[in-house]
Amino acid sequence: MTLLKRFRSLLAISLLCVSVSTFAEGHEQPAHETVQHEGVQSHEGAHASTEEKEFNASDLINSHIGDSHEFHIFDWGGHPVSFYLPVILWTNNGLAVFSSEAFHHDNTGHHVVEKNGQKFVRYNEVIYYADQFESTNKEDVSAFNFDIRPLDFSITKNVFSLFLSVIILFGLFSVVGKSYKKNQFAPKGLAGFLEPLVTFVRDDIAIPNIGIKKYERYMPYLLTVFFFIWVNNLIGLIPFFPFSSNLTGSIFFTFVMALITFIVTSFSGNKNYWGHIFAPPVPKALYPIMVPVEIIGILTKPFALMIRLFANITAGHIIILSLISLIFIFRTVAVAPISGAFVLFMSVLELLVAALQAYVFTLLTALFIGQAVEEHDHH
Amino acid sequence: MVLAGIGAGLAVIGAGIGIGKIGGSAMDGMARQPEAAGKIQTAMIIAAALIEGVALFAVVVALIAK
Repeated sequence: MTLLKRFRSLLAISLLCVSVSTFAEGHEQPAHETVQHEGVQSHEGAHASTEEKEFNASDLINSHIGDSHEFHIFDWGGHPVSFYLPVILWTNNGLAVFSSEAFHHDNTGHHVVEKNGQKFVRYNEVIYYADQFESTNKEDVSAFNFDIRPLDFSITKNVFSLFLSVIILFGLFSVVGKSYKKNQFAPKGLAGFLEPLVTFVRDDIAIPNIGIKKYERYMPYLLTVFFFIWVNNLIGLIPFFPFSSNLTGSIFFTFVMALITFIVTSFSGNKNYWGHIFAPPVPKALYPIMVPVEIIGILTKPFALMIRLFANITAGHIIILSLISLIFIFRTVAVAPISGAFVLFMSVLELLVAALQAYVFTLLTALFIGQAVEEHDHH
Repeated sequence: MVLAGIGAGLAVIGAGIGIGKIGGSAMDGMARQPEAAGKIQTAMIIAAALIEGVALFAVVVALIAK
């Protein structure tokens, strides 16, 4: 009875919140339209004019967590300073390669770039054919509209970060590998720092989940996943060039990672694993229900991996950027110390999350592989 | 936008209950067996991360559906 009462009061409160917030939204609408004095005080420099513009936090956050064709470093005298990355397009007339500087920071579809007799425009980091651009539906950003947009193989910010992390990891581990050849005794220096992590992945992730007999085959993959995700999470937390891209918070990246885990799991599955899926130990009459459920079961596991990593990292970035945006929303520097303190707190928490998510991804990968290679002696 | 906010809020309620339960049980366990505190803490953090993941599914849905 008390539970029912509590639930009722909860419902009442939430309904109240809904009505209040809809009311507030209805009254905010006109206020938004009036705030538009762009560049009135241009003599006071770029900062004054950008502050006068209406600040849109969600646009800022979306542009920071998304991918882009150039690496925006900072604004100098009102002009953006960027590191330009190559744009590689597979068009209907073949390959087109040019620097993203050609777009002159235009993301609104106005600046036309001509290359190989074809014209391109960029709108929200999506490149379209200029002559098709006016007639396209801007909501539909599917990469497979070959009439409207060329296939985009550009080295974007995320791809750049991917290469960077590969170089970092390769450098790091070749140094460590060499040091083991020279030094037969206890590891020193970098090797001394990385060896506990490697043994952690082996002793706490691989062996308990896969089993002592079969874990060795999967160690290279598990170590790669762990260090690759961890380094990329850390790169995402460093807020300046050449880091700061949001690679592990990109759903495409996590999709590929989860897909590789799915492939590894499927190919290492023994007859027990597949037997439980296609011929589960239940009465035959239940097969029409059980087999689809089991098939969905093997697909939801990598799907959850994909969403978990993507959501954790993206949410961390969104929270930090929102806290910074508070300064510009309140338009006062007095908020800065509070917001800065919260950003520091969140950044430290994100350092934990960066390692934790790499660990969780590796742990669950090991768990799925362990389920696939498990022997059932007791049957 | 409002509905997305409600969705995110409901997800936070669920995650709060879940993480609160884990934290409480871990405290109980650690008080009873202080020598196992390290292991309990690790398991607690993993479970909390998994629950956080589920809550973030809801956040993603709220973001997409806004």
